Amino acid sequence: MAEIRLKVEALEGWYGESHVLHGATFNVRRGEVVTLLGRNGAGKTSTMRALAGVMRKRRGSATLDGRDLLATPPHRVAHAGLGHVPEERGIFSTLTVRENLLLPPVVRPGGWSVEAIHGLFPNLKGRDSTIGTRLSGGEQQMLAMARILRTGCDFILLDEPTEGLAPVIVEQIGKALVQLKEKGFTVLLVEQNLGFAQSAADRHYVMEQGRIVDEFTNESLPANMGKLNRYLGI
Amino acid sequence: MTEIFGVPLAVLSGQVMIGLINGSFYALLSLGLAIIFGLLNVINFAHGAFYMLGAFVSWGLLTYGGLGYWASLALTPLIVGALGALFERSMLRRLYGLDHLYSLLLTFGLALALEGLMRWIYGAGGKSYPVPASLQGVYNLGFMVLPIYRAWVIAASLVVCVAAWAVIEKTPLGARLRAATENPRLVTAFGINVPLMLTLTYAAGVALAGLAGVMAAPIYQVSPNMGSSLIIIVFAVVVIGGMGSIMGSIVTGLALGVLEGLTKVFFPTASALTVFIVMILVLLLRPAGLFGKGK
Repeated sequence: MAEIRLKVEALEGWYGESHVLHGATFNVRRGEVVTLLGRNGAGKTSTMRALAGVMRKRRGSATLDGRDLLATPPHRVAHAGLGHVPEERGIFSTLTVRENLLLPPVVRPGGWSVEAIHGLFPNLKGRDSTIGTRLSGGEQQMLAMARILRTGCDFILLDEPTEGLAPVIVEQIGKALVQLKEKGFTVLLVEQNLGFAQSAADRHYVMEQGRIVDEFTNESLPANMGKLNRYLGI
Repeated sequence: MTEIFGVPLAVLSGQVMIGLINGSFYALLSLGLAIIFGLLNVINFAHGAFYMLGAFVSWGLLTYGGLGYWASLALTPLIVGALGALFERSMLRRLYGLDHLYSLLLTFGLALALEGLMRWIYGAGGKSYPVPASLQGVYNLGFMVLPIYRAWVIAASLVVCVAAWAVIEKTPLGARLRAATENPRLVTAFGINVPLMLTLTYAAGVALAGLAGVMAAPIYQVSPNMGSSLIIIVFAVVVIGGMGSIMGSIVTGLALGVLEGLTKVFFPTASALTVFIVMILVLLLRPAGLFGKGK
């Protein structure tokens, strides 16, 4: 079994005075795609933000490849190899597609060339001078993922990549995710679309009220659907 | 003699020239203000004081150091920028999380302190700074006489303004600046040191004010209150152009300078009011400013 890259123990986190993470414990191994499932407000996105350093008030421990993420200044987290694709996608409206793509600095060797990125996301090809936010939602999602690939980050926090997208685009992003996995990327995924989560993931954690309350391997998921649906309130 | 609307052409073009000179300084100063406001969300009331400091540093380099205009043009922005960086690091950055009003008061206080300091040391009277030898003399354009130094100021400030605009709008560095203006947290998560960017941006903004001070020294008197009399108009320019709009502040600065000059010809009593009347009209009709996008 591959070594553990991300190790999160008793992670707590706050937005201002509001205590949203209550001791989440989980891990992600090299090359895995692991999802965080749960209802709205369970703390999935907050966990991502706590790891990326966007949420600043945290306690507990979180290490990536042995490096203490909570002690890393926010502008150095990317240098640990952590690339953040936020829920709101974060495409800049004052930047062109190319400027958006080239914005994140290359932080480690092994980043993709623009040609390789266009190979994975052909929709972005030839759109260089378009304003980033003029792209369709699906294309913006692709751009948000693409710009991380350039940086050499090989651990991706992928927050709700399929939210609000048409099925044909979801399929395209799913294919891209599988390709990234094949190339050795490690991914922590927050996803509401269970089908999408199953198509790409190795393991699933269930969150409730800022904690991890259960864990399933992808293979055991069909057998536990009833249990999972109760967690998710479906 | 040629006349336009009953005004001799020489008088008219002379006032347009003065308007362009004033407009060049409006543009340089409002450009720095716009850059600082865009990224730091700070209304930098100390901007006029840094401009005044630029003129004094230039005068000091000449008087005490024997360093002439050209050396000063290179050195003074660095010195003023460094002072700005020091101020941002030690005081201003503590106020970023708070209401605009706090940084406004701090920078206003700094402006008063710097002016008071210079008045205490050098008195309220003005010092004169000679026009550099290589820029003395006039061009005779036939319809008017154009001092070479003034032509240089207009050309140089235009070049600086356009260069600053190009850096912000067309380069990777500018893209980072625009992105950090829009979403500093995400830019930080990408591994960019945003606090350092804020410091350098503030330094660059006040360095532009320092540069304007150097260029102003041979034209206006170098005096402690030279900044405060200018900065109010510059703030009006920024409001008219649209807060945070780079091109807006450049174009508005020059245009208002010329408008002010023209008013002096046709209705001299109103010339000091022109800018503010325009500001009131713009605020009524287009509150986000002529070039502003609104938020």
